[in-house]
Amino acid sequence: MNLQFIVDGLISGSLIGLGAIGITLTYAILRFSNFAHGDFMAWGAYGTLSVVAAIGALVGTTTPIGALSFGWPLILAAIIGMALTACLALALDWLLFARLRDRGQSIIVVMASFGASMALRSLLEFIFTSSPNYFSRGIQMAIPMGFGVRITPDQMVMLATTVILVTAMHLFMSRSQTGREMRAYSQNPALARVVGIDTARVVRATWIIGAALACAAGIMVGILVQIRPLMGLDLLLPMFAAAILGGIGSVPGAVLGGLIIGLSEAAAVQLIGAEWRAAIAFAILMAVLLVRPMGLFGRAER
Amino acid sequence: MIDLLGYAAFFTSSALIFALITLGLNLQWGQTGLFNVGIAGFVAIGAYTSAILTTPEAADRIGGFDWPILAGWVAAALITAAAAAFTGFATLRLKSDYLAITTFGVAVVVQLIALNAQSLTGGPFGVAFIPRPFAHLQDQPALFNFINLGVIAAVTIAVYLALEHLSRSPWGRVLKALREDERAAISLGKSARSYRIQAFAAGGAVMGLAGAVQAHFIGFIAPNGYLPTLTFQVWAMLMVGGSGSNKGAILGSIVVWAIWVGAGAFSAAVVPGDWQARAASLQIVAIGVMLCLILLWRPQGFFGPHGLFGKRRS
Repeated sequence: MNLQFIVDGLISGSLIGLGAIGITLTYAILRFSNFAHGDFMAWGAYGTLSVVAAIGALVGTTTPIGALSFGWPLILAAIIGMALTACLALALDWLLFARLRDRGQSIIVVMASFGASMALRSLLEFIFTSSPNYFSRGIQMAIPMGFGVRITPDQMVMLATTVILVTAMHLFMSRSQTGREMRAYSQNPALARVVGIDTARVVRATWIIGAALACAAGIMVGILVQIRPLMGLDLLLPMFAAAILGGIGSVPGAVLGGLIIGLSEAAAVQLIGAEWRAAIAFAILMAVLLVRPMGLFGRAER
Repeated sequence: MIDLLGYAAFFTSSALIFALITLGLNLQWGQTGLFNVGIAGFVAIGAYTSAILTTPEAADRIGGFDWPILAGWVAAALITAAAAAFTGFATLRLKSDYLAITTFGVAVVVQLIALNAQSLTGGPFGVAFIPRPFAHLQDQPALFNFINLGVIAAVTIAVYLALEHLSRSPWGRVLKALREDERAAISLGKSARSYRIQAFAAGGAVMGLAGAVQAHFIGFIAPNGYLPTLTFQVWAMLMVGGSGSNKGAILGSIVVWAIWVGAGAFSAAVVPGDWQARAASLQIVAIGVMLCLILLWRPQGFFGPHGLFGKRRS
């Protein structure tokens, strides 16, 4: 068996993990599974693509950084794209989710997220058509790393970015005041309100973080693979599976869950064939639900 | 004139098949509160089961057992019920979100199997030559259309009556009790999980039957007939009709299908060719927005007992 699958699995796993952080936080704090999360990813990627195009129109062509396929416009556009995706999530919350959440039936919010996801995705198809887009059409040479493993400069940078983002998230959740408030609210919303935690602020922070990370993951998919309106839908099941495998509410769990799913998918591609890749997340999800529904780091549901 | 009547029969048949699926969803969601976002998957299980069992022998795939159509329909309902029961078994002791996520996964996996298990499902090309009821009348199109409509209407009415009966039966009352006050029902010795699994399986059976009826109505099935859009349309139908009401489910299906077909025909006539695909996506956006607006402003729907045209609660 070729060891290349470890690199492929780590990369797709870190993308899934980044997306799963948002899902796990939304579930732990807003108490619903957000089916529109995958579409934040796709909207983030398309938003960033549009900003890159705008910068390109203003400044003209720029040279890529070192051996990478992209230059500074993409980095700037990524930051703007993350902010735009956060705005999209906040707007959707204000228009739809917050109103339904107040009525207290969490499953209605899930349904609304399902409707919103369908509308958001088809709106992308309407604007950009369903044919794929790319940040760069250049082909990168993979660098041999020994043991038959090859990795492109883009992939290395994406892995490093994931490590930085996840570490920053972990520090934020464990050290910062907002992070502590979010964790307190997820454990006991009533008590958190009693001690004076600003609920609206916690909700806002949850959406901003989830959407920004989804956008980051979407951009990475765009750089490494391609940008399509359905890219978020295709990653939705792996992201849910990762969040549940890691234990709802746990950020490290979501990332670890993502890596496990990414590696299993990559192994499955080698062992049983690429066409069955999407079934792996489902198999893992079913196994977790039957054997240990609280996941690796989760607490038992009450 | 005959053409128009023929089209009306065709339209009504398609709408009634959707009504069947919506009736299944109403049992799961409207009466029991179980959220299913994998409707397309369950419908596909029924369609493929019946297609594989009833088609004449085929060299390039397993199946083609040449069973009678009715036997195929019964098998479709049973197999889909089993798949739904297993889904419920795995998730219904947990919070309702897990069921939603799992049904979503079911739809993804069924789609994958339909596409890739070529020796069973025919892969992307699907299964053709599915026998149609009263096929010997096919040379008289008008009569054939109306007989098909009659068959589909009979199935719909039978399922409707059965579901109405079920919801009034002691079994249906337990579902209602679980929905209104779960703790009280459990304290009376009713197992919430077991009743929910039963309801989910029964709803799944109706969806599977609907899938089979549709497969035999069209005579051909392929994976792209069971995309998430189908799930989404059925949800819109139930929400427009008013969840909880079987009558609402049927009326909602006919209304939403009419809007869908009408919008499709309108955009086909008005929109230039290269914009057709885009217009189709806009159609889905509209349904999505409609679903959200109904959830926000009119969660009881339009045609149910508390809707615009129903009796007010006394």
